[in-house]
Amino acid sequence: MTWDQWMVTAVGLALIPLIVWFFWIKRGAGSRAATIGTHQEVHVLVKGGYTPDTIIVKRGSPVRLNFRREETSTCSDTVLFPDFGKSAKLPEGKTVAIEFLPDQTGEYDFTCQMGMLRGHLIVEDA
Amino acid sequence: MTAHFHTHTHDGSEQAHETSVRLDIKGMNCASCVASIETGLKDVAGVKAATVNFANATAMISYDPLQVDTADLLNAIADVGYQAREATDATDDAEKKDEAEREQEYRTLINKFRLAALISVPNVILMYPKVVPGLTTLIPPGSEIERWVWGAMGLLTLPVLVWSGSQFFFGMWAALKHRSANMHTLIALGVSAAFAYSVAAVLFPGLFPEGAAVEPFWDVTTVVIALVVLGLALESKARGKTSEAIRKLIGIQAKTAFVVHEGKIQEIPVEDVVVGDIVMVRPGDKVPVDGIVEDGTSSVDESMITGESMPVEKSPGDEIIGATMNKSGSFRFKATKVGKDTALANIIHMVQEAQGSKAPIQRIVDQVSGYFVPTVMILAILAFIIWYDFGPEPRLIYSIIVLVTTLVIACPCALGLATPTSLTVGIGKGAENGILIRSGDALQTAERINVVVLDKTGTVTKGEPSLTDITVMPGFIDDDVLAFAASLEQYSEHPLGEAVVQAATDRGLELYDTSDIQTTPGHGISGVVGGVRVFIGTSKFLAQQNIDTRGLEDISSIFSPHGKTPVLVGVDNKPAGVMAIADTVKPDSKAAIKRFHEMGLKVVMLTGDQQQTAEAIAREVGIDQIFAQVLPEHKSDKVKSLQADGNVVAMVGDGINDAPALVAADVGIAIGSGTDVAIEAADVTLIKGSLHGVATAIEISRATMRNVRQNLVGAFGYNALGIPVAMGLLYPVFGILMSPIIAGAAMAFSSVTVVTNANRLRFFEPKGATS
Repeated sequence: MTWDQWMVTAVGLALIPLIVWFFWIKRGAGSRAATIGTHQEVHVLVKGGYTPDTIIVKRGSPVRLNFRREETSTCSDTVLFPDFGKSAKLPEGKTVAIEFLPDQTGEYDFTCQMGMLRGHLIVEDA
Repeated sequence: MTAHFHTHTHDGSEQAHETSVRLDIKGMNCASCVASIETGLKDVAGVKAATVNFANATAMISYDPLQVDTADLLNAIADVGYQAREATDATDDAEKKDEAEREQEYRTLINKFRLAALISVPNVILMYPKVVPGLTTLIPPGSEIERWVWGAMGLLTLPVLVWSGSQFFFGMWAALKHRSANMHTLIALGVSAAFAYSVAAVLFPGLFPEGAAVEPFWDVTTVVIALVVLGLALESKARGKTSEAIRKLIGIQAKTAFVVHEGKIQEIPVEDVVVGDIVMVRPGDKVPVDGIVEDGTSSVDESMITGESMPVEKSPGDEIIGATMNKSGSFRFKATKVGKDTALANIIHMVQEAQGSKAPIQRIVDQVSGYFVPTVMILAILAFIIWYDFGPEPRLIYSIIVLVTTLVIACPCALGLATPTSLTVGIGKGAENGILIRSGDALQTAERINVVVLDKTGTVTKGEPSLTDITVMPGFIDDDVLAFAASLEQYSEHPLGEAVVQAATDRGLELYDTSDIQTTPGHGISGVVGGVRVFIGTSKFLAQQNIDTRGLEDISSIFSPHGKTPVLVGVDNKPAGVMAIADTVKPDSKAAIKRFHEMGLKVVMLTGDQQQTAEAIAREVGIDQIFAQVLPEHKSDKVKSLQADGNVVAMVGDGINDAPALVAADVGIAIGSGTDVAIEAADVTLIKGSLHGVATAIEISRATMRNVRQNLVGAFGYNALGIPVAMGLLYPVFGILMSPIIAGAAMAFSSVTVVTNANRLRFFEPKGATS
């Protein structure tokens, strides 16, 4: 092989673990829900993904997640919490609250309808 | 639907309890009203702040929820002379906004497509100059002129990349910030690679090895963008159609109501109708809200709610459903459910919730989707390396082609859209037929049902006794005996008595004056009717009155085996006749059960009745197996025992007495009545009280799941075949290498195909439904 082939091969192979690490291994720290009144509340921005995408709540007290979609892409127009049987349409620029009671600890996903945008809800012991 | 309370802490202090609420206020007609309402609110202990907006007639109030609640606030506003209610965002507004958004996106995408397509024309021609005669002489290949023309095309391509392709870059960036990747990432990388290479090829041809046919890929850049953007536009349009059913439902709501107020009829907005209002409905009017008919009769077309095409007769005491269409007569009714409590509002809410839910089959996709795009990126890199290291010359060109083609052909969208779009259409289709499917889970399970368990009363039968036969002794006439019996029974509270009176009314019989009525509970009733003494009851009761009951008992023994209850009548101490009363089978039960059999389902009936009665009904309608004398609390055990034999069981009942059995079944189907549509225990609610709905629900489930599977197989198959071909797997053997342009077209139309296939479900028609 010529030097340029070695170069291309080396750079290409180096990119692969980088992709694996970037998309699958590293995950940002979660956002802990603040208790306001009776609800644990978090605001979630919907724009290309969910910000924050990891939400930590306590078991046993009601949760209110205020979703606000700030993009026109129809991909994100519905958010689903399949484990809690909840879903909501998210009209652009409007805050939509989703309320539920997490009664079991564990990690739950919330996604757009196609499952392309993903967030995690971690329910911890109170 | 949405919560409208917005709570937040006050100045960050943890101790302060503060909640805010937005109220809509009516009756404000001057700016000074603002001040009086604000003052009135601020006087309430616990209210922190109140701001009234005259322009949009709302009040924003912050208050301490421990001291006051919303009701107090509403009262405070009423005290100063205005009406208020909690602000709601009308569902139809949200849906309209949704539609407007979609339309806007479609138009933008089409414009982006137009630009990309326009620039694509010269780009493609210049890539294949031999196609146009004389072009090669005008721009000789390898000449300085050619490079200048290429450079000019590059400048024209730039706006296509920057504007037509902008959503790919924004989408990629937004996703990258969340460490995720999607279709946008793939397209953005693909077209960027093609563009970057082209720029290098035009500006620095010296960088490339001697002899390599260095030419730009402007055509790839613009054509791929044009095709994918067009695909997105078509997909957006097609996805809009998937929620057609819900838009239809929202659209049928009446706008105004004619309310009788202080003797005068006023036309008011439908949102202002309150429970208890008397509403006037004229021929051709839409019924504004749910209620009970007070006076007048009419026939009402309820097809938009129940799917029932025949108009339904309405007379005083009948339930009336909002958004249905009044046909012939005028009537007045009392509003019982308004706003978000109406049947229609509940239906819309349930359908939207269900359409947003996930079917278990979606999990296959969910597991893949998180890994899909990065995997494609890795495959594209590997393909590039392999072609660069081992491929034929010009290696660089081939490597770039496989890289771009692999990135462009992969279509995560088709995978993601496969299930939800079909589900949305299928559940919407159910709603159009008066079938409310609660979730994707229920829809998927319904497909596998092989046993349908029917509760007898109210499901197979009408659930109310009626007179089926009357046989009289020699010397008596049917109608006379019935008239005597009905004259007496109208004073009875026994349900069998009602059936007798109803039968007499149906036959238009005149009733006699009745006096000296005596009832012996559990046995019979007697009285003087038109001057003669009449006895109605059991044979024991008549025998006690010294009536010869032998002939009557013979007649009774004909009825009993058919599950009919014989009621004996004696007139003037003579045996007169026997009336047979039974809970009659609904007119379409038999046809519906035939449909179940055609669908390969086993039909089981549960009843608390005697074996004999149950068998009679089972024979009449064609039921395969019966469980008679089942106590209500044991119904769920029967369902469980059927499940234990490996059956997937649908339980059909009225949703109230059968709730545990409905819950125990794999799919609980409640036959709703009138406006009561939100039956908690049920996975499926039939608005129209016919068993045909059960068959249609299963048909819809089967059709939808078949559609989902087609989509999934198509989407998985497309990617599983397309990606290896794009990587050049066919090249070593067949010499086939896919063009990035073909990849772009394939990618664009794969997701459009998925959505279009889902939309085919819109043309689903229930097979055996005669109505």
